[in-house]
Amino acid sequence: MKEPQVTLDRPKLTFIQKCKTMRGQQIICTITFLIVPLLLLFTFTYLPFFKMVQFSFYDRDYLRVRGFVGLRNYIDVFSRSDCFQALKLSLYYMVGSVVQITLALLFATILSFKVRGSKFFRGALYFPCLICGIAVGFIFKFFLNPGFVLDTLLGWIGITNTPNWLENTAINNIVLVACSLWKYMGQNIVLFIGAIASVDPVLYEAAEIDGANAWQRFKCIIIPSIRTIVVLNLILSVSGALSAFEMPYVVTGGTFGTSTYFVVMNKLAHTDMKVGLASAMAVVLLGIIVIVTFIQKFAEKKMDEAENRPRHYIADGKGGRK
Amino acid sequence: MEKSVGAMKFQRGLISVVKYVFLIFAAFVALVPIVSCVITAFKSVEEYQSTNVMVLPRSWTYFENFKTAWQQADMGSAFLNSFFIVICVLVGSVFISAMLAYVLNRFKFPGNGLIRNLFMIATLIPGIASQVTVYQIMTALNLVNTMHGYIILMLGTDVITIYIFLQFFENLSVNLDESAIMDGCTYFGAFFRILFPLLKPAIVTSAILKGVSTYNEYYMAGLYLQDKTRFQVVSTSLYVFTGPMGSQYNYICAGVLITIIPALIIFLLCQDQIYSGMAAGAVKG
Repeated sequence: MKEPQVTLDRPKLTFIQKCKTMRGQQIICTITFLIVPLLLLFTFTYLPFFKMVQFSFYDRDYLRVRGFVGLRNYIDVFSRSDCFQALKLSLYYMVGSVVQITLALLFATILSFKVRGSKFFRGALYFPCLICGIAVGFIFKFFLNPGFVLDTLLGWIGITNTPNWLENTAINNIVLVACSLWKYMGQNIVLFIGAIASVDPVLYEAAEIDGANAWQRFKCIIIPSIRTIVVLNLILSVSGALSAFEMPYVVTGGTFGTSTYFVVMNKLAHTDMKVGLASAMAVVLLGIIVIVTFIQKFAEKKMDEAENRPRHYIADGKGGRK
Repeated sequence: MEKSVGAMKFQRGLISVVKYVFLIFAAFVALVPIVSCVITAFKSVEEYQSTNVMVLPRSWTYFENFKTAWQQADMGSAFLNSFFIVICVLVGSVFISAMLAYVLNRFKFPGNGLIRNLFMIATLIPGIASQVTVYQIMTALNLVNTMHGYIILMLGTDVITIYIFLQFFENLSVNLDESAIMDGCTYFGAFFRILFPLLKPAIVTSAILKGVSTYNEYYMAGLYLQDKTRFQVVSTSLYVFTGPMGSQYNYICAGVLITIIPALIIFLLCQDQIYSGMAAGAVKG
């Protein structure tokens, strides 16, 4: 009776010892591999975040603190005409995002099926994403300059009485949204093409046999299959629109009423040296983004749950038809 | 019956015509701003001033604008600086992200989930917003206007690369490193000798995406590399054209095209990796 216990114990001990050395090694490895990325993450993401919250309660520039002001910076964010007004511009960018996602969905669908030169079209639509922001700024300053490219093109089709695209406050924000669409739509297209490619091809074959036309295939197969990614992108674009920065910064520099929230914040922080106020602006926007993200996560969870249900539903329906 | 077949054929034909009209129009819109730059970049000063912007240049071999733009913006040193920065950032971020992903994917330890979440949450903070205080931290660390400071900063704000590696490790069999460790390899050995070479596809994808984004970065470069004579990079070198040269678009277009060319070459060579990397990065990001 005793002997088997002994033989069981002995390998157990050596195994534990082995584990201990392995475990020790693992800990050393974990620490050495983690220390650099965590240090960087802390220094350039979390420390700035906490500092931002702290700064937002002070009147200060980069070097000097002029005093604790409590919530006054926050009150200023909501009452100053330049800060909170700028958030209204986000509405343009939100509408722009909806248009962008709709168009991207259209082109992704077209490009997902047999199209001559699909590689060329996808490349042409995607390439603007890879151009440096400053270069994009110059390209559009040139493109939209009165009498230059856009006006010439419109002249060809008989439209001559054109406004000053970047200085007319009635349209310049729409023009900037269009520029932003030009640069970023390709990303959505590539994403959606990837999502459509992951749809089971059997579904298309079945639809083809059943005689479904292109629109029916789009409505009944593609949309339900990639619904999650589309909705998530739509919600994501809300935070994108709120933090719109690049186009007004590089094309107009925020002049003629095109200063979005971040352009105002950037100017306050780095030109006017009102670091406290700029920090408060950043904290407010971050708060909004966190809320939006919670909504997004919630929607993702709901849709995951909902997506499991229709599958049963379809299965039941088939069973019922029999 | 035959009528309906004809109708269907007609409908199909119509759909495909509409389809191509859409595509060609979209491609035209996407390319026209760039093409118009190409046209103007090949025009001499008098030609630029006397002809409409969409009139083709007299000669497609007139490279004077490119030479002038190159000299004015001091692009030789800008390209050297950009190249140096991109290489350093790529090597650094590939190693850092691969090692982090290895540990997070292979080892169970308290805080694993927390660290993943910390990186996830970090993506929520818009870069521009945090620069307000990052600038202060960089000043305190004496890293403003230094090459190494900028490189460290670019390494620190890198999450997409980490996701790409994390995803890759998920699909990499644990048996590989387990058997290596059975054979007496240390964890370091298993990582560097066995796993790291297998990461090649993830390395290529993340290097392309990170490389292009580092090359294109202008906001942080403008903020942290203010000494234009010593640390000018390609993207910020274009700022030369905002001053008195602001209306001489024949030079500006040439300068813009010079900065686009490297991205174009990378794009033409590595389209598929870029697309797959984009998809991988976006699934989680």
